[in-house]
Amino acid sequence: MHSFQEILFRLKHYWAERGCVIQEPYDVEVGAGTMCPETFLRVLGPKPYRVAYIQPSRRPADGRYGENPNRLYKHWQLQVILKPSPGDIVEQYLDSLKAIGIDLRQHDMKFEEDNWESPTLGAWGMGWQVMLDGLEITQFTYFQQCGGVDLDLVPAELTYGLERLTAFLQGKDSVYDIEWAPGVSYRDVRLAEEVQFSVYNFELADVATLWKLFELHERECHRLLDAFPDYPDQKRFPVLAAYDQVLKCSHLFNLLDSRGAISVTERVAVIGRVRKLAVGVAAAWLEQETQEVAA
Amino acid sequence: MSGLPFLLEIGTEEIPDWMIPPALKDLQRLFQELLDSQGFSPADLWVDGTPRRLVLRATGLPARQPDSEELLTGPPKVAAFKDGQPTPAALGFARKMGVEVGALELQSTPRGEYVCYRKKVAGRATRDLLAAGLPELILKIYFPKTMYWSGKGGPRFIRPIRWIVALLGDEVAPFEVAGVQAGRATSGHRLLGAPVIPVTTAGYEEKLRQNGVLLAARERQEKIEREVASLLAGTGLRLKTDPGLMETLVYITEYPTAVLGSFDPGYLELPEEVLVTVMRHHQKYFSVVDSAGRIAPHFVAVMNTDADPAGLVRQGNERVLRARFNDARFFWVVDQRKPLEARLEDLAHVTYQAKLGSYREKTDRIVDLVRQLGGSPQAVRAATLCKCDLTTEMVKEFPELQGVMGGLYARAQGEPEEVWRAICEHYQPVSMEDAIPSTLAGRLVSLADKLDALRGCFAQGLIPSGSRDPFALRRAAQGVVRILLEEELPVPLPALLGGDAQLAEFFRDRLEYYFREVRGYPYDEVRAVLVAGYSDLADVERRLEAIHAVRHTPDFEAVAASFKRIKNILRQAGFEGRGEVDETLLEAGAEWGLYAMLTAFRMARRLLARRDYVDALECMAPLRPHVDKFFDEVLVNAPDARIRQNRLTLLGNLLSEFSAIADFSEIVTTQ
Repeated sequence: MHSFQEILFRLKHYWAERGCVIQEPYDVEVGAGTMCPETFLRVLGPKPYRVAYIQPSRRPADGRYGENPNRLYKHWQLQVILKPSPGDIVEQYLDSLKAIGIDLRQHDMKFEEDNWESPTLGAWGMGWQVMLDGLEITQFTYFQQCGGVDLDLVPAELTYGLERLTAFLQGKDSVYDIEWAPGVSYRDVRLAEEVQFSVYNFELADVATLWKLFELHERECHRLLDAFPDYPDQKRFPVLAAYDQVLKCSHLFNLLDSRGAISVTERVAVIGRVRKLAVGVAAAWLEQETQEVAA
Repeated sequence: MSGLPFLLEIGTEEIPDWMIPPALKDLQRLFQELLDSQGFSPADLWVDGTPRRLVLRATGLPARQPDSEELLTGPPKVAAFKDGQPTPAALGFARKMGVEVGALELQSTPRGEYVCYRKKVAGRATRDLLAAGLPELILKIYFPKTMYWSGKGGPRFIRPIRWIVALLGDEVAPFEVAGVQAGRATSGHRLLGAPVIPVTTAGYEEKLRQNGVLLAARERQEKIEREVASLLAGTGLRLKTDPGLMETLVYITEYPTAVLGSFDPGYLELPEEVLVTVMRHHQKYFSVVDSAGRIAPHFVAVMNTDADPAGLVRQGNERVLRARFNDARFFWVVDQRKPLEARLEDLAHVTYQAKLGSYREKTDRIVDLVRQLGGSPQAVRAATLCKCDLTTEMVKEFPELQGVMGGLYARAQGEPEEVWRAICEHYQPVSMEDAIPSTLAGRLVSLADKLDALRGCFAQGLIPSGSRDPFALRRAAQGVVRILLEEELPVPLPALLGGDAQLAEFFRDRLEYYFREVRGYPYDEVRAVLVAGYSDLADVERRLEAIHAVRHTPDFEAVAASFKRIKNILRQAGFEGRGEVDETLLEAGAEWGLYAMLTAFRMARRLLARRDYVDALECMAPLRPHVDKFFDEVLVNAPDARIRQNRLTLLGNLLSEFSAIADFSEIVTTQ
């Protein structure tokens, strides 16, 4: 039986051997690994890229004060991007499961239709949720559009739910019982964080402050995007810094949502505001990429 | 059978199960069209599919396309022959065709006789034709949503195409589609078979079987059914039959194997609807019931592999189900801490539709409508609470349970049966086959809910067009039609539509669809009756039954044709209104005769009032000779304006006498 960390090591190693850059988690809060620049921006444009990284994904509304055995405020995803997707991508994926000790002949594997869509990012793709003995362990998506742009090369995105996968392999009913490292449980490492952030997200986060922060980050992003077209040396322009502002806005939106602070009428409008930023950044980034390829 | 066998296998990554049967049908149609367009006689075709392959097979294809003839026209006969001898024109044409003059023939055309040459066109090799036609054909197969995978502008399909087998007899029909070369190698089950397997048309299905793929859907289904029977033999338990789930499992597997799992009987304290929904919608498990029909603490899962040697699959599925049931039990307890009624205000935070506000506002509208429809206090109570379950954790987690959950919570919270049942069933009917709410209160809440959706969306311009119907308004309207008709609710439709002309038109289409497609009435009868009005749906049906009953009696069509003629005359004359016929202006003979008939028909009005439509229509039969005679002998367009007006009035009266039943000019006549 592999520990949580051993499974992470093996998966990273497996994808490194298949030509992926192994990145470390992005250091801004995100709701899903897809939002990291290593995915959201890199999938745009004509340049091939392969990357794998583990990303903590924060979903404030999913917090359960550490009381639910399967639901977490923050969970870990392994995100793999292969751009363009190789013809044997499914086989490569299945082999990655073997690499963490799953004997597929002992199990049942199904690919169930699941088309991923993120209105906030202006992104969607087609694919499956991969079911292992009735448990969803991976989201598999062929990206079609990102930031409202049709993609030149179609990347395959694999998102492994690491806690679930490990609980499955270790035969645990609760993620908190997972063995993280020999003799150390997931509970030991993370329970306090789940409890405290649930209290903050649901009870103590100051709504007025969150709104103010949202607006500050939004304004900063707009300021940058407005400056981009006339900037003398566009290749040096901080599009990446503008994108960090988008991520801040998205996370603040999620926090406000979990505090119940976003009304019916506001909700769609706020998602639209974040999407506008994301689409603007995607366009600017693509512009830089195209200039670079042309040069 | 003589001729060659043909095999086409489109190998893909996993296709969504529900898209496979329609795609196969489309593949068969497209292939038949390809053969037809190339002059082949109809072939014996059949299709099969699994998640990873769409397969078409045929027998008896000729090796070559049938030969055909082409008639090439040369000079006119008068220029081609002089005194029976060929002129240079004829000789030149023969030379151009590469034949002797003797091989030419004469052909008469509207412009006279011409010299022609009947050229024999040899059929192309079938293999070449297929190779040329198949790439386009494959990409034409219809899927509700497609993707590209080889780069922007690349071919689109439901999922990436990874291999293709195309064999005519022993030979490959060589072509390429989406960068994949057609060949003779298939691929087996992902885990049970080899990845590359050379096949022949004869040995194909058996080769797949050896590699863990049961090609025929029927065979997969029979395997599941056989195994379920043996798993449950002697236990006193049986499967809760579910044809929809069975079809899903048949098309999501290449080699299905059933396993029996169990859960802690303690979970049986949860409502059966919750247990079944979790198992069916979220885990694709069959529920199991005991001999009394009560749900038992077991389930049947269908794997896509041949065995569960160490029991890991069963244990894994049991663990997943346990977690799901734990969640459900948690929601069941937590949700009940806040009664439905106390959730009403929370609905202000749940969007119904951006332009139509929250569910709180929608609830008020539904309540008003139920009151307008004369709903009992219980119906009004049900309307008030019907959307409150949207704020429960259970419905947030299992949206399929909306309505049902509200009903269950209402029951647990002591609401009377009429109320909780109405809440439970108020989304029904969700399809043509689905049951209508079982109580009057339920029907009224269901009507109000659907009518509110229709009126709101139409008022906002959110009107379905073509295949786009994001708010499922067609389904809602169909539900309204079914409830009003099948339960004979005496509610006038226009009063329900809020005076929206577009919505009335939309309902007319739905009615037309319902009577045509569901009830099987001919379209012209349906149209004729609807033109005469459709505010009372039960009455529409009675009129339709009457027309249908007399449709094939002698003279009916002739009378219908006469009505069409009368209508045309009135329209050309710009005649409107009714007035009374002035008897003093009538001519003896045909005109009096028709007028006498009209007077006799006035009695039909009493029949109409009593809704004896068949009797009323039977009165029409003797009309025919009088109408014929009138048109033969009487000049409607008389020089004297008063006489003309009087004759038009006579015709107008006759027409309107029956127009409350139907507009007979809509009836398609063979004359």
